Amino acid sequence: MQMVKLTLRSAAIAATAAAVSISLAACGSSGPAGSAASADSATMWGLTGGNQPVLQKSVDAWNKAHPEESIKLDFFANDAYKTKVRTAVGAGQGPTFIYGWGGGVLKSYVDAGQVADLSDFVKDNPEVKSRYLPSVLKNGTIDGKTYALPNNNVQPVVLYYNKEVFDKIGAEAPKTWDELMALVPKFKAAGVAPFSLGGQSKWPDLMWLEYLVERIGGPEVFANIAANKPGAWSDPAVKEALTKIQELVDAGGFINGFSSIAADSNADQALLYTGKAAMILQGGWIYQGLKKDAADFVSSGKLGYTTFPTVEGGKGDPANVVGNPSNFWSISSKATDSQKKAALEYVKSGMFTDADTQALIDSGAVPVTTGIEDKLAASPDKDFLSYVYGMAKNAPSFTLSWDQALSPAQGDAMLANLDQIFLKKITPEQFVTTMNATIGK
Amino acid sequence: MSVSTGSRRVLEKGPSGWLAAPALFLFLLFAIIPLAGVFFLSFTAWDGLGEIKLDGLSSWTTVLTDPVTGNALWVTAKIMFFSFVVQAPISLLLGVFTSASQKYRAVLAVLYFVPLLLSSAAVAIAYKALLDPNFGLGPGLGVPFLAQDWLGNSDLVLFVVVFVIAWQFVPFHTLIYQGGVRQIPASLYEAAQIDGAGRVQQFFAITLPQLKYTIITSSTLMVVGSLAYFDLIFVLTGGGPGYSTRLLPLHMYLTGFKANDMGAASALGVILVVIGLVLALVLQRLGGKNRNASQLEGA
Repeated sequence: MQMVKLTLRSAAIAATAAAVSISLAACGSSGPAGSAASADSATMWGLTGGNQPVLQKSVDAWNKAHPEESIKLDFFANDAYKTKVRTAVGAGQGPTFIYGWGGGVLKSYVDAGQVADLSDFVKDNPEVKSRYLPSVLKNGTIDGKTYALPNNNVQPVVLYYNKEVFDKIGAEAPKTWDELMALVPKFKAAGVAPFSLGGQSKWPDLMWLEYLVERIGGPEVFANIAANKPGAWSDPAVKEALTKIQELVDAGGFINGFSSIAADSNADQALLYTGKAAMILQGGWIYQGLKKDAADFVSSGKLGYTTFPTVEGGKGDPANVVGNPSNFWSISSKATDSQKKAALEYVKSGMFTDADTQALIDSGAVPVTTGIEDKLAASPDKDFLSYVYGMAKNAPSFTLSWDQALSPAQGDAMLANLDQIFLKKITPEQFVTTMNATIGK
Repeated sequence: MSVSTGSRRVLEKGPSGWLAAPALFLFLLFAIIPLAGVFFLSFTAWDGLGEIKLDGLSSWTTVLTDPVTGNALWVTAKIMFFSFVVQAPISLLLGVFTSASQKYRAVLAVLYFVPLLLSSAAVAIAYKALLDPNFGLGPGLGVPFLAQDWLGNSDLVLFVVVFVIAWQFVPFHTLIYQGGVRQIPASLYEAAQIDGAGRVQQFFAITLPQLKYTIITSSTLMVVGSLAYFDLIFVLTGGGPGYSTRLLPLHMYLTGFKANDMGAASALGVILVVIGLVLALVLQRLGGKNRNASQLEGA
């Protein structure tokens, strides 16, 4: 080993070190788009999780009936997808169907000219427009033009609880913030964590801030932030919400180790149905996961659900909701004509077929289409489904998840700083100052 | 690394420099050109989707004034230091141990080698599950000591990360040392035994000095390699909790691909390359000026 020419070796090692660093800079840019069966068939990236089998079935049925307009479907985990799709689209390797949430992230795609304007398509095909709940449809619209169409279910954030654990200590689901705080020591004394939380994923933290700001200050507070009004984060509702979060952290409200729990692995839900945690604030979509991972727990009626508690003196209507109105398909503007044609045909007649709608309902989700009341009532999950449907339909305001509503740079800074709030590394004042500096970015 | 011209006399001086051409070409394509690209991007504003706009030094001022960058450098330095302090002695001793010819040592050497066969992502996922405070090893076995919040406690997590890195990379360095020790001529040890040197004395008087260049190679890989720890930490902690394990490469990735600020991420990439080069050159310097001198005089 000592015999090699060391001058050369030192240079080579230095060069390798540099190459290693660079290859990191370049990583993340490759995508499976190039592996499509036929170079010109439309490609679609979906998310793993509750809706995965539904989407798979829908596309399989489409491909069988339309072999000449087949769609190649791949799935990715939520957190990984969000990074991957953006890099792929930026590199011209994106899929034909871009899965999204609407909001500021959609706007960044529109600004970059990466997604097709679907306004004419919607105008020419009134049946497409009329199948959606109008309140959901508008989330795919930017500056009066349609760039994204809803593709699955309404996903309000719901407070889930374990009825068995509640019965054990004789407690009722909290209706106000004070009741919620009063429950914390009771559960702790019983050896159960009051709340589960997937803190490593950071976006579950955000649900707490979204609802608290909504309850304390109403939907206008975030509307101002999303509209990039200077100093919008300084609204007293934000500071009060952050203070309440830190009080809950101080009281031991969240499970031991919450900052190392990732929501992508569903570990946060597992804590609820195993009885290690009494409650969890999570999206409507976890019902599908619970139904799959803990069928007995759901079917035996141990799963409770309720709306987020009110805050004394708060301005927000208790019926207001935060969450995701739906997910959306956008069509890549860089796709070839035949890919676009196939994609639009699928949007027109391949999705929300009777079979699709029924499959969504069977999986425990509420489709964003009209005229489904009868189907919901016939489902074994009718209690939960009608609850979610009513919640979404009757909400005076349905605020989109903030990390999707804001631009990516703002959203990322917000999640990083909110993480610091939960860890008590920064004060609410510091959060407000830092976030005000991101306005307009 | 200069390539001599195509004179026929080259053969007399050794193999043709053209042998290096394929490697040089790949190096140019995958290292030098991207490096130039990253350097250029660090003077632009780009969100990964839209147009790349020239933006002067603003990415650099953002990066250099951001306290998270300083913190990332500090975390990187800590991980580098602790990784070296933990891995170097363990792999040196294991390497010496496994280099001997007994059968059981060969069996153990194979076992030590196993972590090296696993991908970083697999190692990270396995440890994440084992260390889970609610469903992991501690609660599973009912051992309270193991049930700590290993990955969620800001003070503890760095050492957990260093441990997992060591678990994964010690086998590699053990292998390097094993090879190095086996190159030492047996005659040196025989002579020492005749002179009455004990095992410990032999280790410090023969093994260690003879391993000088192996130590330098292994240390360079360890120290510079810690600038590239990314996959393992990304999967294990995601840089968290907070910024506790957000080291420089991870900070670069998250800035580029989560916050979509490619300009700032490129500036961080340039910083990373410069630090890596400087460290590698400094470590090579430690080898002394006369690096071609034989260590085997009198053997």
